[in-house]
Amino acid sequence: MEEKKYMSPYVAGIGLGITLLLAFVFMGRGLGASGAMMRFEVWFLNLFASDHVASNPYFSKYANNPLNNWLVYEIIGVMIGGFISGALAGRLKFKIGKGPNISNKGRLILAFTGGTLMGFAARLSRGCTSGLALTGGATLALGGWVFMFSVFAGGYALAYFLRKQWI
Amino acid sequence: MAPFYKFGYFSEQTGFLIALILGIGFGFWLERAGFGNSRKLALQFYFKDITVLKVMFTAIVVAMLGLMYLSLFGWLDISKVYINPTYIGAQAVGGLLLGFGFIIGGYCPGTAVVGGVTGRIDGYIFILGALFGMFVFGEMFPAIEDLFLSGNMGDVRLMDYFNWSSGVTALVVVLLAIGMFIGGEWLERKYGGQEA
Repeated sequence: MEEKKYMSPYVAGIGLGITLLLAFVFMGRGLGASGAMMRFEVWFLNLFASDHVASNPYFSKYANNPLNNWLVYEIIGVMIGGFISGALAGRLKFKIGKGPNISNKGRLILAFTGGTLMGFAARLSRGCTSGLALTGGATLALGGWVFMFSVFAGGYALAYFLRKQWI
Repeated sequence: MAPFYKFGYFSEQTGFLIALILGIGFGFWLERAGFGNSRKLALQFYFKDITVLKVMFTAIVVAMLGLMYLSLFGWLDISKVYINPTYIGAQAVGGLLLGFGFIIGGYCPGTAVVGGVTGRIDGYIFILGALFGMFVFGEMFPAIEDLFLSGNMGDVRLMDYFNWSSGVTALVVVLLAIGMFIGGEWLERKYGGQEA
């Protein structure tokens, strides 16, 4: 099946905005992603290092039944929804996203490095692009807006040095 | 009266089912917009594809206006909606680091999940990196606790901080969004044209 074009960003943005609004209306909270990852992580660490989790002042906050959480169910939904949309558009394909001037190996090393920074930063900020910038942006939380502009500033500041990866 | 869960209209278990359904919507729209594709996300930072900014600001404006009108009509009690607490030092530094991670790694946590389920190998590797980064954060926590707690201002919103009315604040956000859409379209015409 031929890949369909991506939807207009304004239409997708309205869809996303309505989904976010429904989260506020039904639950009184927004959407998120990194919080669910944190819970999977603590669940995993608990399997073979539960003493360590219990004694760590940060991990222990999540130690009590980490998967029994709203965000965990939400992120499972994200997997299903992303898969459905990808399938409908003929976009399910194993590949590596990158520009033409970088090797697969180079790209994957950078993906891991960037992911590491992202995971660290999302915990430091108490949220990521979904849970803090998008959700906090819509509720007009000051921290959400400061964070959002900081993210864009950080991205633009390093973009020049990473141009070989993308363009 | 909304938020329904906070007024006890349904149980936590039902809330989990709603989480699953809302998550499906969230993942669906992210993928529709092209956010499973790391290169498309990254081209935002070269002014070649301003989709990230357009989707994000459209969604923020829609949800913000929805919240505002529902509470004006008296259908939603905004005081029962979770407002992200502001720790301005932690979030300014964290945002910069997260921006570095975005341009280096090409994803953010939610988009990496969408990339992964549509077959993107770099999405999976990015998620492994993010889990490792969270592990490092936890292990380092005692050393960075001061930064984590820096700039605590509580559940402060833009209108409290600037001492504006809700309506004026919303108008500023809408005008900012429109300005970014116009600027973004202009930048895409000037620098874009490359297939993501």
